[in-house]
Amino acid sequence: MAAYEPVIGLEIHVELTTNTKVFCGCSTAFGAEPNTQVCPVCIGMPGVLPVINERVVEYAIRAALALNCRVAPQSSMDRKNYYYPDLPKNYQISQNYECFATDGWVDLSLPGGEHRVGIGNLHIEEDAGKNVHAEDTGLLGFSCVDLNRAGVPLLEIVSEPDIHTLEQLDAYMELMRGILVYIGVSDCRMEEGRLRFEANVSVREEGDASLPPFRVEMKNLNSVKICHQAVEFEIERQSEALERGETPSSETRLWDPKRRITQTMRSKEEAKDYRYFPEPDLVPLVIEQAWVERVRAGLPELPHHKRERLVAEYGLPEYDAAVLTTDGAVADLFEGAVAAGAPAKEASNWVMGELFRLLKEDERDASSLPPETPGVLSEVIGYVSSGRINRNAAKTVFEEWYRIGVAPDAIIKERGLEVVGGGAELEGIARGVIEANEKPVADFRAGKKQAIGFLVGQVMKETRGSADANAAREALLKLLS
Amino acid sequence: MLCYANAHELVRRMQAGELSAQEITRAVLERIDEVEGTVGAYVNLCPERALETAGAVDDARARGTDLPPLAGVPIAVKDVICMQGMPTTCSSRILENFRPPYDATVARRVIDGRMPVLGKANMDEFAMGSSTENSAFHITRNPWDTERIPGGSSGGSAAAVAAGEAILALGSDTGGSIRQPACLCGVVGLKPTYGRVSRYGLVAFASSLDQIGPITRSVRDCALLLGAISGHDPLDSTSLDEPVPDYAASLERPVSGMRIGVPAEYFTEGIDGDVRESVEAAIDQLVSLGAKRVDISLPHTKYAVATYYIVATAEASSNLARYDGVHYGYRSKSADQASDASAIIALYENTRAEGFGDEVKRRIMLGTYALSAGYYDAYYLRALRVRTLLRRDFDAAFEKVDCVACPVSPTPAFRIGEKMDDPLSMYLSDIYTISANLAGIPGISVPCGLTSQGLPVGLQLLGSPLGEEALLRLAYAFEQSTEHHTVRPELAGKGAA
Repeated sequence: MAAYEPVIGLEIHVELTTNTKVFCGCSTAFGAEPNTQVCPVCIGMPGVLPVINERVVEYAIRAALALNCRVAPQSSMDRKNYYYPDLPKNYQISQNYECFATDGWVDLSLPGGEHRVGIGNLHIEEDAGKNVHAEDTGLLGFSCVDLNRAGVPLLEIVSEPDIHTLEQLDAYMELMRGILVYIGVSDCRMEEGRLRFEANVSVREEGDASLPPFRVEMKNLNSVKICHQAVEFEIERQSEALERGETPSSETRLWDPKRRITQTMRSKEEAKDYRYFPEPDLVPLVIEQAWVERVRAGLPELPHHKRERLVAEYGLPEYDAAVLTTDGAVADLFEGAVAAGAPAKEASNWVMGELFRLLKEDERDASSLPPETPGVLSEVIGYVSSGRINRNAAKTVFEEWYRIGVAPDAIIKERGLEVVGGGAELEGIARGVIEANEKPVADFRAGKKQAIGFLVGQVMKETRGSADANAAREALLKLLS
Repeated sequence: MLCYANAHELVRRMQAGELSAQEITRAVLERIDEVEGTVGAYVNLCPERALETAGAVDDARARGTDLPPLAGVPIAVKDVICMQGMPTTCSSRILENFRPPYDATVARRVIDGRMPVLGKANMDEFAMGSSTENSAFHITRNPWDTERIPGGSSGGSAAAVAAGEAILALGSDTGGSIRQPACLCGVVGLKPTYGRVSRYGLVAFASSLDQIGPITRSVRDCALLLGAISGHDPLDSTSLDEPVPDYAASLERPVSGMRIGVPAEYFTEGIDGDVRESVEAAIDQLVSLGAKRVDISLPHTKYAVATYYIVATAEASSNLARYDGVHYGYRSKSADQASDASAIIALYENTRAEGFGDEVKRRIMLGTYALSAGYYDAYYLRALRVRTLLRRDFDAAFEKVDCVACPVSPTPAFRIGEKMDDPLSMYLSDIYTISANLAGIPGISVPCGLTSQGLPVGLQLLGSPLGEEALLRLAYAFEQSTEHHTVRPELAGKGAA
């Protein structure tokens, strides 16, 4: 089989987490009873008019700047016409003729070096509602429409066809998600449908620099994982077709998550004609440069910049820096703990280990932790390095604080977790253990060195775990030598 | 007859304690009882609501409360303007039982202005037409000759005012739909500058062309009603944030020295001889009042009709897409049974096939075609360019003149049924009015005589953007120096329908 290279362009649809919808004052909150967050404007009643939400425009500027795009001084709002029950006006207000921002890029950090992906354009549009079908409504033979989501603001971010491996695809999706969360325009919760993908995939022989004469569009890829699977399948399908000497046809395909294959939705000949034209109910969006500059000044540090800084400033391994910067709140915790006195690598280990374990158990976000968290982390780390408590006890102390909010110092005292002193006390206990365990002692003396482990365990048991295991081992070895 | 009095006279008499709002409203309701069966100006009447508003005005006046300028003057509202809880049908089957849960901004201003609303006036379906014959419910007859059409699409509003079935009326004008019926019914009608009046709650036909405006029996009433409905609206992004002048206050300022442009392109073939004569005489009258006649050219006029029927139908095809039977309005019964994926397509097709009339379907098809891939550049985009040229024609003209004078309609009211099978000839009846919509400028139609058959003729004055004051001042001077506005149709009542 010849070597093939995919050519992938990705469209990202991200729901912005503004409080209100893009063209009316309805709430955008997720999970409300169907059709309770609607008004005449977002359900498309006769004669009503859209008025653009200024916050949406500000978020779009933020995203455009974070993606190195040029914000157009003027852009048009356009109507995309098609009939679907979840689209109350039977047109979607979007941007087609003059996009909000263009010509951006992001750099992906990959093991083999950096890879740049161009951002062709970024534009504002409104989300549609949701059709709920008979199997979910319980109403036999009826489909229902929930319009709570209709009019929720979306940004569509269209990449250039610059993605050529699955690794790049994953890195691109991860980076974009990170940036959008970081700059506060979306929480990107995929389980709430806030981040959706459409992939344009074609495959060419490696070394061929021209765009293939066909292109397959895949719609409704509603998570990073599904997008990866669908693109992976499509690369294989197209490569096999090329290998057989066939040219895959240009078409729109849908991912079937059950059978894990893509299937034809419509061919190029059946392609929809959306009859775009400028939305006459809205005036063109005119963006003053001063506004752009104000937004730029308020942008937070972006994840990839932060990652580079964590490596340079704290000497963290690349891996740690990457994990810590997937969420701005996590990176803040780490930096807070270091600022409170914790050694950087220790703080990183604690955040990635204990803290992540607890958050994952509770399905909680780092941003929901109380402000004293970095201080507590640093305090607990300090107790371990000063030898006051051992690592296991420290985990207990931190978890107790996390669950019930008792101060570490109080927990240590209350539960008697302090390390049983070095020297005499530990030696006494070790002596007692040696006397009580003749057989393992004999084994050890006979050269079975691993028997020491059992004896250490006994010392730990005697001290209810509060001894430092290394100190216990040393005390035993000293007595047995 | 009280029902033929002007609003400003009625207001004065109410203020003097000679008349109550209820007496006026009752007089108009009696007139409606008497002639509505003949005229058919309304789609829905709401006499109780009107009397209730009038009663509240009288109570407020008795208590010495300050009242808005047109408080207590009964008004007809074109059925394309949403009023909360009242049917708003656009004279279409597809919205026959639709009651909006909101008021149009203009409706709100009428309510806040404490004008008793008599009912919703008949119109061509979705404001598409020039004769009101496209109403899905019934035709409206011209009070001057009941065998003739009242014009359209605001035919119900104009006929109501002409027949004494309302003191004031609101219409909407996308290509002449206020000015042409006002002209054919012998009343005053004004299309404001695009953006002067909020479109929120005006059911859209062509969003970039639609404007709501007053239809009245006198220029002063027109100025008062325009003042009451104008102004910025945060709910309409295209509404202009410009102060609203006191239009009535400047009516009597002199017109001497004002320059009136007469465009050669508006007096060519196709114009009825009597119409031409009346309009020429009206221009001479303005000159005799001290205005100066300037012959001008609006060279792109010949492209206006074609441009209009691309822009308006393209926007309409999208604006009317929402009437699909899914969320509200008429839903075809024939699609209820299917349960597979084709059911939704059938629901769309049957609902729209049964719910829309022929003219609406014709325009949706034209507009859909004009926006289709491969045709967009050739039709829609080119139409937008021509629209710019038309606007520039007017910009250039208004450097030389204060207003443009021309006919409103090339012919007087035609016979019912005469043009129903000839859409092109119907479209050409808008030839003098549509340029103002394409250019976004204001225009007024003011009665300027009768043809030899006794049918009204109107003089059209077009102004620069936000130039309503100048138009009203000229129209007022003309009106006050002639007797045309005092002539009433001889309309025999036939009793209620």
